Amino acid sequence: MNIYIKRKIINKLMCGAAFFSALLTLAPLISIFGYVISKGITSVNFDFFTHLPMPVGEHGGGMSNAIVGTLILIGLSCLWAIPLGVFGGVYLAEFGNNKFAAAVRFSADVLNGIPSIVIGIFAYTVFVLPMKSFSAISGAFALGIIMVPTIMRATEEMLRMVPFALREAALALGVSQSRMIVSIVLKTALPGILTGILLAIARIAGETAPLLFTAFGNRFWHQGLNQPIAALPLQIFNYAISPYDDWHRQAWAGALVLILMVFLISLLTRFVIKPKYRRKEMIWKQK
Amino acid sequence: MKIKSADLWFKKAAAILALSAAALVILLVCSMAYYALPAIRKFGLHFLHTSTWDPVKEIFGALPFIYGTVISSALALLMALPVSLGIAVYLAELAPCCLREPLSFLIELLAAIPSVVYGLWGIFFLAPFLRETVQPFLFRYFGFLPLFQGEFYGVGMLSAAIILSIMIIPTISSISREVFLTVPSAQREAALALGATRWETIRLAVLGYARSGVLGAVILGLGRALGETMAVTMVIGNRPEISGSLFAPAYTMASVIANEFSEATTDLYLSALIEIGFILFFVTLIINIAARALIWRVSAKIKAK
Amino acid sequence: MKRKILGLTAGILMLSLLCGTAWAKKILLINGAGATFPYPLYSKWFYEYTKVDPTVNFNYQSIGSGGGQRQILAKTVDFGASDGPMSDEQLQKAPGVLFHIPMTAGAVVVTYNLPQASEKLKFSPDVLADIFLGKIKSWNDPRISLDNRGVYLPNENIIVVHRSDGSGTTSIFTDYLSSVSAAWKAKVGKGTSVNWPVGLGGKGNEGVAGLVKQTQGSIGYVELAYADNNKLAYADIKNSSGNFITPSLESTSAAVGGKLNSMPDDFRVSLVNPDGADAYPIAGLTWILAYKNQDDSQKGEKLVEFLLWAISEGQSYSSDLLYAPLPESMVRKIEEKINQIVY
Repeated sequence: MNIYIKRKIINKLMCGAAFFSALLTLAPLISIFGYVISKGITSVNFDFFTHLPMPVGEHGGGMSNAIVGTLILIGLSCLWAIPLGVFGGVYLAEFGNNKFAAAVRFSADVLNGIPSIVIGIFAYTVFVLPMKSFSAISGAFALGIIMVPTIMRATEEMLRMVPFALREAALALGVSQSRMIVSIVLKTALPGILTGILLAIARIAGETAPLLFTAFGNRFWHQGLNQPIAALPLQIFNYAISPYDDWHRQAWAGALVLILMVFLISLLTRFVIKPKYRRKEMIWKQK
Repeated sequence: MKIKSADLWFKKAAAILALSAAALVILLVCSMAYYALPAIRKFGLHFLHTSTWDPVKEIFGALPFIYGTVISSALALLMALPVSLGIAVYLAELAPCCLREPLSFLIELLAAIPSVVYGLWGIFFLAPFLRETVQPFLFRYFGFLPLFQGEFYGVGMLSAAIILSIMIIPTISSISREVFLTVPSAQREAALALGATRWETIRLAVLGYARSGVLGAVILGLGRALGETMAVTMVIGNRPEISGSLFAPAYTMASVIANEFSEATTDLYLSALIEIGFILFFVTLIINIAARALIWRVSAKIKAK
Repeated sequence: MKRKILGLTAGILMLSLLCGTAWAKKILLINGAGATFPYPLYSKWFYEYTKVDPTVNFNYQSIGSGGGQRQILAKTVDFGASDGPMSDEQLQKAPGVLFHIPMTAGAVVVTYNLPQASEKLKFSPDVLADIFLGKIKSWNDPRISLDNRGVYLPNENIIVVHRSDGSGTTSIFTDYLSSVSAAWKAKVGKGTSVNWPVGLGGKGNEGVAGLVKQTQGSIGYVELAYADNNKLAYADIKNSSGNFITPSLESTSAAVGGKLNSMPDDFRVSLVNPDGADAYPIAGLTWILAYKNQDDSQKGEKLVEFLLWAISEGQSYSSDLLYAPLPESMVRKIEEKINQIVY
C-alpha cells in the first residue's frame, strides 16, 4: 500500500480513538448521574432539607442535620487547613529553594497519597481517645489533613506563575518582601489559589472513611463541636446498607444533594473565578 | 530596621506552617508504628507472605490483601491509561475550541463524585451488569484463559478494577492534558513542517516530549487507586483469597481496615490491622518517590531547553 | 466588589452555622454505639423516648458489636450494644464493672435464593455446618434432599455468603455451628469475625441480604427483620428436639424461655440450641453494655430511666419490627440489675 495512504489511515484511526475515549469516559458519568437522579429525585423534597432522620416506618424523615453537619465540618476544616496550606505554599514558592523546602514538598505529596481511612484512624488516636468522645473537631482535623496538600500544591504553583517582573518592580519601589508577597503576589495569584481551595473542599465533601471514627454521626442536632455530628456521606452510607426501601430512597436523595453541592462548587470555580484570572493573565502578556 | 524584622517574622511564620505539614506526616507514621508494634513483634516478616486471616485463632497474614490491592490497582491502571491518554490528547490537541472547556469540566466532574456513590452504583448497576452480560460473554469467548473462569458473582476483582479505573481517569487525564499544553509549540510546528500527519505530530512531538510528565500523572493516579476504600469495599467481594481469575472475589488492604477496624476487639487484631495500614503507607511512599523522580526529570528537561 | 460580597456572605454563613451550635437548645446528648442487629428497634425506641422525655437525645450509631465493645471499653461512648457477650478477659480490661443488660432477642435466619425450589427448604444442623464448611457443594446433594423430600433441587453450585465485617450476627451463627459441628468448632470456631472456609463477604446484614437476593443459588445468614424486609426465603432448621422450626417471634421467645432456668446473673448466655420442642435453635439476645458506676450522674440517671422504660413499655414496639419481647420473669430480673447502676 502507498505509504502516504497508510499514514493517513492511521491518522484517522488514532484521532478517532482519542475522540472515542472521551465518549467512553462520559458513558459512566452519564450512567452514574442518571442513576442517582432517577433514584433520588423523588425523595428530594422540602422535608428532606428540614427534618431530622426518622426511624423505620415513619414518613417524612430528612437529612437536615447531615447537610448542616457537612457544611460545619467543611467550615471547621477550612479554618485550619487554609492558613496552613496557603502560607505553607507561600513559603515553598518564595523561600523554598533549599533541602528543607524539598522535604516539605515531598511530605505534602506523601500526605496526599495516604488513604483517607488511615487518616481517620490517626485522627481517632489523636483526638477521640484523649477526649473520650467522638467530635466534630476530630472530624475537621481528619478532613483538614486531606485538604492541606492540595491547597499547598495549588498555592505554590499559582505563586510561581506570577511573573518575576511584578516582584522586582515592587522591591525596586522599596516595598518590604513580606508586604510584597501579601499585597502583590498573593493578590495576583488569588483566583488560582481559590480554585485549589475549592477543589480541596469538593474532595472532602464526599469523604466517608475518615468520618467513621471521628465525627461518628448523629441522628439529632449536634450539641457542641466536641460532640458527634452528622454528615451527609456517613448518613448516605448508613441508609444504603439498611434493609428499608424508604431509607434507600433517602440515601439516593442524599447522594444527589451531595453531588449537586460539589457540582456547584466546581461550576463556581470554572466559570466565575477562572475567567477573572485569565483576563489578568492576558493583561500581563500584553506587555 | 522595622521592615527587616517584619520580613524575618513573616518568613519564620510561613516556615513553621510549612513545617507542620511535614510534622503531620511524621506524627502519622510514628503513631501507626507504635500501634502496629505488637503485631510486628509477633509475626515479623511472616506477615508479608502468609495468607491466613483468622481473627478467632489470632493468626494474621497480609498476603491476600497486598495481592488484592496491587492487582486491582494495576488492572485499573491498565484500563484507565489508554482511555485517559486518549481524552488528554483529544482535549489538548484535537477538540474544537468551544468544546474544550465544557468537556474537560465534565471529565473533572467524575473526580467530584463521592466514592460512596461509586460504591452504590457499583452494587446496584455495575455488578449485576457484569454478572448478567459481561462475564458470560467473556467466559464464552475467552473462557480457555484462567483469567475468565469461575462463578459469575458480579462482584469481584473485575468489578473493583473497573470502578477504580473510572475513578482515576480524571486524575490522569487532567494532569496529562496540562502537561501536553506546556509542550512548546515549536515542537509541534517542527513536526508539521516536516510533513507529519496530525497523529504523528502528537506521537513524536507531544507524547515523546511529555513522556515523563505523563508517567508522573499515571503514578499519581495509581496512588489514588491504592488508597481508595469505600467504593472498592462494596464491590470486591471481600474474600481474602488469591486467585488467578478476574471473576473471583478479592480483598484489598484499605477494605479490610474499613470493614474490620471498628469491630476488632483484641489488641493483636487491632495491631494487625494497623500494620496493614502501615504497609499500605509504605507502598504509597515508594510510588510517590518514583513520581517525584520522574516529574523532576521533566522539569529538568524543560529547564535545559 | 462581587468577590467581596461573595466572601462576606460565605463568612456570615459559616459564622452563623458555628454559632448555631451555641443557640441550639441545650439538650443532653447521650451517645451509644454497637450492634447493627437491634438498630431498627433502638432507633424506634430513641425516637419514641423523645416524646417521653424531651430533654435528652440518645444518639446511637450502629458500628457493629465489636465496635460497641471497644468504644465502651475506651469510654468514648456512654453505652455500648452488642449481639455477642463479652468474654471474661475483655471484661477484666474494662475500667470498671460493666453490665450486660438484655434488651431483646432475635433470630438469625438462613436465607437462600433458589427459585426452583417449590417449597420452603429445611436444614439439619450437620448439613448446614457442612454447607458453610464447603463440604457440601451442590444443591442436589443427597443430604439436603434427605431433609427436603419431594422438593426439586437443581444441580447447581451452592454460593455461600457471609459477613465481611465483624458482627454479632456472625457471632450468634458461628456459635450455633460450633455447638452442632465438632468439625466447625475445630476448624473455624466462633466469633464476631472468623476465617470463613468458603464464600463471599457482604458488608453488613444488608450486604449479605443484597448479595443473596441478586445471586441465584446462594445461601447466607441474616437477622429475621432483614430477611423479611427484603422478601427473602428463609429455611426451617431442625432443633435439639428434632423438630424443624420456622424462625418467628414465637419460636424465638420459646428459645429465650428454654434458657430461663439456666440464666446466669450477669445475663451473658448463649441462646443457641436451647431445650424446648418449639424453640428456634439459632437465636440470640442482644445486650446494652453500661458501667455499674456512671461517671456523669446526670447522664447516668437519664440512662437508667431509659433502660427501665425500654425493658417495660419499650417491649410493646418489638413485635412490629420482628424482635421477640422478653418474658415477664426475665424482665423483673433485668429491672433489678438496672437498678444496681450507681450514678
